[in-house]
Amino acid sequence: MSNPQHLRYTKEHEWLSATDENGVATVGITEFAANALGDVVYAQLPAVGDTITAGETCGELESTKSVSDLFAPVTGEVVEANQDVVDDPSLVNSAPFEGGWLFKVKITDEPAELLTADAYTDFAG
Amino acid sequence: MSAAETSQPSETAAPRRTALDALHRALGATMTDFAGWDMPLRYGSERDEHVAVRTRAGLFDLSHMGEITLTGPQAGQALDHALVGNLSALKPGRARYTMICDERGGILDDLIVYRLADETYMVVANASNAQVVLDALTERAAGFETEVRDDRENYALLAVQGPASPAILKSVTDADLDGLKYYAGLPGTVAGVPALIARTGYTGEDGFELFVAPADAEKLWQALTEAGADAGLVPCGLSCRDTLRLEAGMPLYGHELTTATTPFDAGLGRVVKFDKPGDFVGRAALEAAAERAADAPPRKLVGLVATGRRVPRAGYPVVDAASGAVIGEVTSGAPSPTLGKPIAIAYVDAAHAAPGTAGVAVDIRGSHEPYEVVALPFYKRER
Repeated sequence: MSNPQHLRYTKEHEWLSATDENGVATVGITEFAANALGDVVYAQLPAVGDTITAGETCGELESTKSVSDLFAPVTGEVVEANQDVVDDPSLVNSAPFEGGWLFKVKITDEPAELLTADAYTDFAG
Repeated sequence: MSAAETSQPSETAAPRRTALDALHRALGATMTDFAGWDMPLRYGSERDEHVAVRTRAGLFDLSHMGEITLTGPQAGQALDHALVGNLSALKPGRARYTMICDERGGILDDLIVYRLADETYMVVANASNAQVVLDALTERAAGFETEVRDDRENYALLAVQGPASPAILKSVTDADLDGLKYYAGLPGTVAGVPALIARTGYTGEDGFELFVAPADAEKLWQALTEAGADAGLVPCGLSCRDTLRLEAGMPLYGHELTTATTPFDAGLGRVVKFDKPGDFVGRAALEAAAERAADAPPRKLVGLVATGRRVPRAGYPVVDAASGAVIGEVTSGAPSPTLGKPIAIAYVDAAHAAPGTAGVAVDIRGSHEPYEVVALPFYKRER
């Protein structure tokens, strides 16, 4: 599996897009994480207006066999949650880097340790 | 993202591998440690595998199960003494679901026992309990004319499950499958390989379990894969096996059944045969448990169906939605591919256990999610 070069990554297997002109970035989980989870059946995403803090829990993804916490890759305000994923959580499996994105966040602070695609690929194996 | 909770057991010792291990890896299986074995969890989507078994056919490697053979003139009597069932009454060629209990009536394991011949029985134990069962049978059979043999190394176990499984198996065997009833087993040849062919399974579907020499396992797997290709047979892992058995309302050791549970507590008192000849281990305690269960069942095993989408997991409290009082506990839970909703098996106080009881919820990490109480099983195949 390949991790897109234009994204940055966390060791919790989330990806973060570059910010747009409003300082908003898109967040999802990686294909590695989606495969490890198995079929995702329920996504609890942060709500629009929520303030999330880098490294803290901001939602959960539920698969057939387990439930996993979703961690905020950055600090900021949630400006959009992906309703398509709420309606059809299997999008996280079928298109983790595209239609299966989870939420958009207006970044106020980001940790220094976000990984490049190559560093994440080395990390995730 | 990190796993906050998982129902997969994990052990620290180096896991054992089945005879089909290389094949699973070549097929790209996600492997998991299960009861000390490295087993396929899923090959692709566990939901697709589940649906294949319900509508077509699935092929499983169950070589982690523990086989124990009893031979000799008193093998049947030894099993009557050691287990709760009446195994000496079992006809050769038939199989029986039964349990082994301790002196207090607690369940040590649930078992399938095959009577292969007049003086030969094979006991199949859960992987996690195989050693416990072997030790108990060895000890309990000591006074009888029988030999207890650990056959775990001598068998690989493959299962073909699903409505297409009889046609698939027929194409690779001359054995009389039409004459083979549910819960029966006979020796035969499948794809040129000597096998014990049993019409048993753990999926709620028609299907077969094939006990073969480990050296023959790969040949048999390949032959079944080819024979089933047109019928849509797919390799299946333990993940879908769990959702299949859950829909079929079948108990799983360590979840619905434990040493703290008697067969009567689990609603499976029918497997205890008090009227069999001779005494058996746990009789007195089980008689008391039977009386308790008849008078005032403290908790009953029920099915729960979600109206929402959040999935109950083993250990989550069942609560009264109005008061928030804990009225039970989930023992198994998963999203049901067949029902399209989360389902669970739970022990619930008798007052809330009737199908249709209103106001029952599951505490899912602090949120009380509404659930409907239903009778088990959730799914029953048409016959």
